[in-house]
Amino acid sequence: MFQNLQDKLDKALHTLKGKGQITEINVAETVKEVRRALVDADVSYKVAKDFTSIVKEKALGENVITSLNPGQLMVKIVHDELAKLMGGEVAELKIDDNPTIILIAGLQGSGKTTFSGKLANFLKTKKNKKVLLVAGDVYRPAAINQLQVLGEQIGVDVYADLASKNPVEIAQAAIAQAKQNGNNVIIIDTAGRLAIDAEMMDEIRRVHQTVNPTETLFVVDSMTGQDAVNTAKSFNDVLNYNGVVLTKLDGDTRGGAALTIRTVVDKPIKFISTGEKMEALDVFYPERMADRILGMGDVVSLVERA
Amino acid sequence: EKSKSSFFDKISRAVVGKSKVDDEVLDDLEEVLISSDVGVETTVKIIRRIEERVERDKYVSTSELDLILREEIAGLLSENNIEDTNGFTIPKKNVPYVIMVVGVNGVGKTTTIGKLASQFKANGLKVVLGAADTFRAAAVDQLVIWAERADVPIVKQAMGSDPASVAFDTIQSAVAQNADVVLIDTAGRLHNKVNLMNELTKIKRVMQKVIPDAPHEVLLVLDGSTGQNAFEQAKQFTQATEVTALAVTKLDGTAKGGVVIGISDQFQIPVKYIGVGEGINDLQAFNKMEFVDSFFKRNN
Ligand SMILES: Nc1nc2c(ncn2[C@@H]2O[C@H](COP(=O)(O)OP(=O)(O)OP(=O)(O)O)[C@@H](O)[C@H]2O)c(=O)[nH]1
Ligand SMILES: Nc1nc2c(ncn2[C@@H]2O[C@H](COP(=O)(O)OP(=O)(O)OP(=O)(O)O)[C@@H](O)[C@H]2O)c(=O)[nH]1
Ligand SMILES: [Mg+2]
Ligand SMILES: [Mg+2]
Repeated sequence: MFQNLQDKLDKALHTLKGKGQITEINVAETVKEVRRALVDADVSYKVAKDFTSIVKEKALGENVITSLNPGQLMVKIVHDELAKLMGGEVAELKIDDNPTIILIAGLQGSGKTTFSGKLANFLKTKKNKKVLLVAGDVYRPAAINQLQVLGEQIGVDVYADLASKNPVEIAQAAIAQAKQNGNNVIIIDTAGRLAIDAEMMDEIRRVHQTVNPTETLFVVDSMTGQDAVNTAKSFNDVLNYNGVVLTKLDGDTRGGAALTIRTVVDKPIKFISTGEKMEALDVFYPERMADRILGMGDVVSLVERA
Repeated sequence: EKSKSSFFDKISRAVVGKSKVDDEVLDDLEEVLISSDVGVETTVKIIRRIEERVERDKYVSTSELDLILREEIAGLLSENNIEDTNGFTIPKKNVPYVIMVVGVNGVGKTTTIGKLASQFKANGLKVVLGAADTFRAAAVDQLVIWAERADVPIVKQAMGSDPASVAFDTIQSAVAQNADVVLIDTAGRLHNKVNLMNELTKIKRVMQKVIPDAPHEVLLVLDGSTGQNAFEQAKQFTQATEVTALAVTKLDGTAKGGVVIGISDQFQIPVKYIGVGEGINDLQAFNKMEFVDSFFKRNN
């Protein structure tokens, strides 16, 4: 894909060769190719459009460096802008409150329960925390068992109340137990829900208001397409979450949803999930994500050669 | 509904009395299609078809354009989708009809099996479920609950046991019970994991020891909110298991699932079902025109 976009850009810009600057005329076709590449990577149509106009501004009048042809220079500009957009300040998880309450939210099947287990495991083994996992999904068949199995695997306690159908009550009772048992981190797993399901969104709003979490994390499948823009925004409107978790990045998705989400809600991506095992958790690298969305493995080496 | 009509109004205003659809209209159409996850390539294909139609037919009225648009998009939903089916047709034979359900993680395989079991049972069929996801935490427990809800028998083994062996057991038991249809659940797996894809091929092979032409259907479940990656999923799962049908889930949300247009066009795999909720009755037979229409409806 890197070659692909590169070739297309070279072609679009070939009239420019030998000239010293990128100009309006030849940038138009290039911008179209970049936009297409982004949309192919599942970046939202509107976000891709806005992004390419920023790129266009940047590119116009840019001096062509001798070692880069105009196509390469264009790729470099796109890559740098993308990485900049996705990065920003390093977003550490706040875990100093005692207890630290972390609320996990997202669509059905995005990877919330698995991530809850991974995060518990990470905080236990790397940060020396005494974690309590809370089974707040009272709907999905065997959701509670699933969290209990994971808790057992990693040696972390799980609070569950099979008799209750009320996630607010469950969360409150769990917090009380955590205080008694000296747990310093509480991770609340919740049921998957659609952003347009008013009743379910109201439920998580009530959980959020009641427990007042230190961190609320929005878990999203990295294979998500154009809908990322709606979902990320709606969940943010209700929860004003602190960070995003991108899952299933062990696949071969380009992951354009990352750019979409970053742009529409301006919240940092705090973790990435890269497998089904409890250890498959990683921090987020903006540069790598930019390369991935553009489908280019070695833009870095290209840029370094410049 | 408001935005649906305004989209068509805009198109017709721009088109009526012209022999060509102008750029602004095509840009709008492009936005609608891309935002439904139809993808650039398929979108370009659709737009080209419309340009050709308009060029050929010269004058296009409002209602005609609406129709053309729907026809052209629906036309891409593969030859296999010409007739909307009512889902799977289970032949009444003396061997069970085996349906193996596959897909990447979390798309809705197990839930879809529960819904299908309930539909089959309501149609008077004798159903058996096979819990061949022995990997994901509490996967068997989850299918057991669905078996209870649908009131059908389930064959299972301990977590961690060989999925092929579970599939074998299930089919043997279904034959013995004189069942009409078998639904085999499998663990979610990403299509780029070679070992896991080979495991599916093995499960298939082992089934054939009991029923030589099993599985009769391989149902690939796609999450309706998935973007262009669904293409690669269709490609790899088809290579490993010869997928015969698609189900698109979670279309009760705001995602449109447009990526299946290109998929069913390119791979000639019919879409049979759509998932529209988490309840046992939230599975519908796929309807092409309704699906296409949903692209032009605004969310909320
Ligand atoms: N390959 C891969 N699979 C993952 C990853 N994270 C989660 N999964 C799998 O995705 C599926 C869904 O994960 P869950 O944790 O159950 O998702 P959830 O959001 O809790 O689902 P609901 O509670 O039903 O809404 C399971 O098969 C997980 O094993 C990941 O990073 N990579
Ligand atoms: N809203 C909605 N949710 C659905 C639909 N189908 C499935 N789900 C939900 O999606 C989540 C995942 O469904 P599962 O059936 O467990 O998916 P799976 O493919 O079996 O997952 P793994 O076995 O972990 O790979 C659950 O929370 C389901 O309730 C649907 O059509 N609409
Ligand atoms: Mg869960
Ligand atoms: Mg399953």
